[in-house]
Amino acid sequence: MTNSPFTPGIAPARLDPATLAENFSDLHAPLDAHEALVAADRCYFCHDAPCITACPTSIDIPLFIRQIATGTPEAAAKTIFDQNILGGMCARVCPTETLCEEACVREAAEGKPVEIGRLQRFATDTLMEQGIHPFTRAAATGKRVAVVGAGPAGLACAHRLALHGHDVTIYDAKPKGGGLNEYGIAYYKSVGNFAKAEVDWLLEIGGITMETGKALGRDITLDGLRAEFDAVFLGMGLGGVNALRATGEDRSGVRDAVDFIADLRQSSDLAALPVGRNVVVIGGGMTAIDAAVQSKLLGAESVTVLYRRGRDAMPASRYEQDLAASKGVRFVFNAMPVAILGNGAVTGVRVEYTRSEGRSLVGTGETFDIPADQVLKAIGQTLDGAPDGLDITGGKIAVNGPGRTTLKGIWAGGDCASGGEDLTVTAVAEGRDAAEDIHSSLMG
Amino acid sequence: MADLTSTFLGIKSPNPFWLASAPPTDKAYNVERAFQAGWGGVVWKTLGEAGPPVVNVNGPRYGAIWGADRRLLGLNNIELITDRPLEVNLREIKEVKRKWPDRAMIVSLMVPCEEQAWKAILPLVEETGADGIELNCGCPHGMSERGMGSAVGQAPDLIEAITRWCKQTTRMPVIVKLTPNITDIRGPARAAKKGGADAVSLINTVSSITSVNLDNFSPEPSIDGKGSHGGYCGPAVKPIALNMVAEIARDPETHGLPISGIGGVTTWRDAAEFLALGAGNVQVCTAAMTYGFKIVQEMISGLSQYLDEKDMALSDLIGRATPNVTDWQYLNLNYVTKARIDQDACIKCGRCYAACEDTSHQAITMSPDRVFEVQDDECVACNLCVNVCPVEGCITMEQMEAGAVDPRTGVTVSDDYANWTTHPNNPAARSAAE
Repeated sequence: MTNSPFTPGIAPARLDPATLAENFSDLHAPLDAHEALVAADRCYFCHDAPCITACPTSIDIPLFIRQIATGTPEAAAKTIFDQNILGGMCARVCPTETLCEEACVREAAEGKPVEIGRLQRFATDTLMEQGIHPFTRAAATGKRVAVVGAGPAGLACAHRLALHGHDVTIYDAKPKGGGLNEYGIAYYKSVGNFAKAEVDWLLEIGGITMETGKALGRDITLDGLRAEFDAVFLGMGLGGVNALRATGEDRSGVRDAVDFIADLRQSSDLAALPVGRNVVVIGGGMTAIDAAVQSKLLGAESVTVLYRRGRDAMPASRYEQDLAASKGVRFVFNAMPVAILGNGAVTGVRVEYTRSEGRSLVGTGETFDIPADQVLKAIGQTLDGAPDGLDITGGKIAVNGPGRTTLKGIWAGGDCASGGEDLTVTAVAEGRDAAEDIHSSLMG
Repeated sequence: MADLTSTFLGIKSPNPFWLASAPPTDKAYNVERAFQAGWGGVVWKTLGEAGPPVVNVNGPRYGAIWGADRRLLGLNNIELITDRPLEVNLREIKEVKRKWPDRAMIVSLMVPCEEQAWKAILPLVEETGADGIELNCGCPHGMSERGMGSAVGQAPDLIEAITRWCKQTTRMPVIVKLTPNITDIRGPARAAKKGGADAVSLINTVSSITSVNLDNFSPEPSIDGKGSHGGYCGPAVKPIALNMVAEIARDPETHGLPISGIGGVTTWRDAAEFLALGAGNVQVCTAAMTYGFKIVQEMISGLSQYLDEKDMALSDLIGRATPNVTDWQYLNLNYVTKARIDQDACIKCGRCYAACEDTSHQAITMSPDRVFEVQDDECVACNLCVNVCPVEGCITMEQMEAGAVDPRTGVTVSDDYANWTTHPNNPAARSAAE
């Protein structure tokens, strides 16, 4: 090891390979068979269960847990996949603490919910490790549908369409499918190349052609797709990132957190990844947390998350905040960057405290400097290059009902579409529901 | 610390917790460990007649059912009586009794149903200095195929005969251990009493198949692909045992006959329940086989604390609940209760609703925001909601005051006692009135 957390600047190999491997191993180890039985036994099998309501994909959670409890995790997996074909990834990345597990009656009763996420992983892993794809296509309909974006929304949409017998072509700008599952999720939430394995498994349904390296507006056009296919689903996510609007944003060492995370996820050698000695992450969402935690795990000496509002307003859940804090990440709330300091390379961030004034935030005038070799911007992504002719609302493609855009024959879902939280599980629900609507419309 | 000293048939033991005749009491090594742990007495595992000992299977002897986290709820066995030579057991019994004079030493016996067989073994047992004998009329497996164990326990005349033979032959107190595998436990108990028994002990194990292997279709435990019914014991059988103890305790023909209560005693509380229903002491097996002998220390401290809290002596507890066991026909039909849900304690799982709506009386409503409320005009007070609620004390049955009108029946609640024997719908009551 040539470097340490104290090496100045942005440097690779701050930690030895064994520590890095440990740092980036599974955040939550999978349940073994006995642990799963014990965890499953805690489920009360509620009537009209609140956890189902809280799940954006409405997985029948009490039923799948009972199927685990009675020794049939394969049947449990089928129950999950019926509603959510990316149930394997959702088991890993869902903020269950704000969804099903928050709604669990045992959370109300004793502050300790049934471990739904881990049980879901136990079930889905069991079936997927057996190499079983539990769905069979309906007879071919002869209808062809284009799906733009191979992220959660596009994959869920494509699978459901293929299930109904339609032929689907998925286009994705990136070299690999999976979208943010592949490029944007924290490493330790999806170890062992799971995102890729999940896509491969999903495609076993058949009838889906994957065209990677094809970006909308560059290699394909909406008009071209409309002419060639019977329907189009847009699920390309948010390709752009917001600007910081602070002076010095162009200094070297300042980059988008999503790119930092994507590099990390695609890396085959964590020791080769450079990270700053002092890292400042700007933003308050999951991307900010993931970037901050992983910077720390790569060996940064200090990592600070700068969020312009208070803790309660932070989009990342308290659970995620605590996870970050447990890894040594420092949070500075009610503070915004006003200048990136340095001469060529970044040396620090000048920060000003904020307060609310009506509906807007204003600086208090009090500033301080945080030393930084690396600044990661995680202040939100934006819709990039939406095709002409689609209505845009709140910066996203306007949809109503199950993903219908204002153009006939065009549906949209996932992060690029209006409505819903930008979660994997929400994207799956939107893609699936759009597929059902496309199916009705094509067959009606 | 309440005094737990127990006297049963004149046999003293430092507490009322004995180990039942079973694998834990098959040899001196185990019994001494039990006494060191604090057990008040043992019933030595059943001895058979002199000669070549019985043999056991060489495959699994036990089967089980489990609750959450593999908590053992019921155990089943196909083990026979002791398979050690008679003289070895007798020698060890004598040695252990001499070494532990303050502990109760009872010897369980099972020999062919012939007067000579019983009369032959009794002097040998007497010579050990044991405090008493227990006649095994209970084991439902193996030995019963040879006309012993439950084969005797299912024939009251045989129970009476062997009890009489023993009473005629020995000075030792005679306890008759009964099988639950009969239709009415009072018959065998009466027969034992008629034969001169000093006490009965019950229950022995329940004939059972614990499970079936769904791959090779053998009952468990499986011996080379075949299974034989075994004897079921452990927490799962306690309710059956409690009822049978109470039946004997309140039967006018056997009332007052000392009872040693057996069947699923796992904690001090289980023991206290047996005592309250009329058992003079309890015998334990499965709990010890599951957790080891140390559990007796919890039983001792628990029962002692309970008696202190209730300001009762051990003798006050024995039979305290017996008078409250009655026939259904004497239950007070004017006792009207309604379920009440404590909304602060409710965690909104909805199990009460599902149970009532799907399987009972549609007496619980559910609002869109998951508030569950009892509809008194439909509630028959069945108690199912109480039983399925995962929160203890959240749903309770509250008695309606006299003078209030039961909205279900429109009848004013009376504080008079009235039962089925006088109810107008009872044909027998009608004809009696005519």
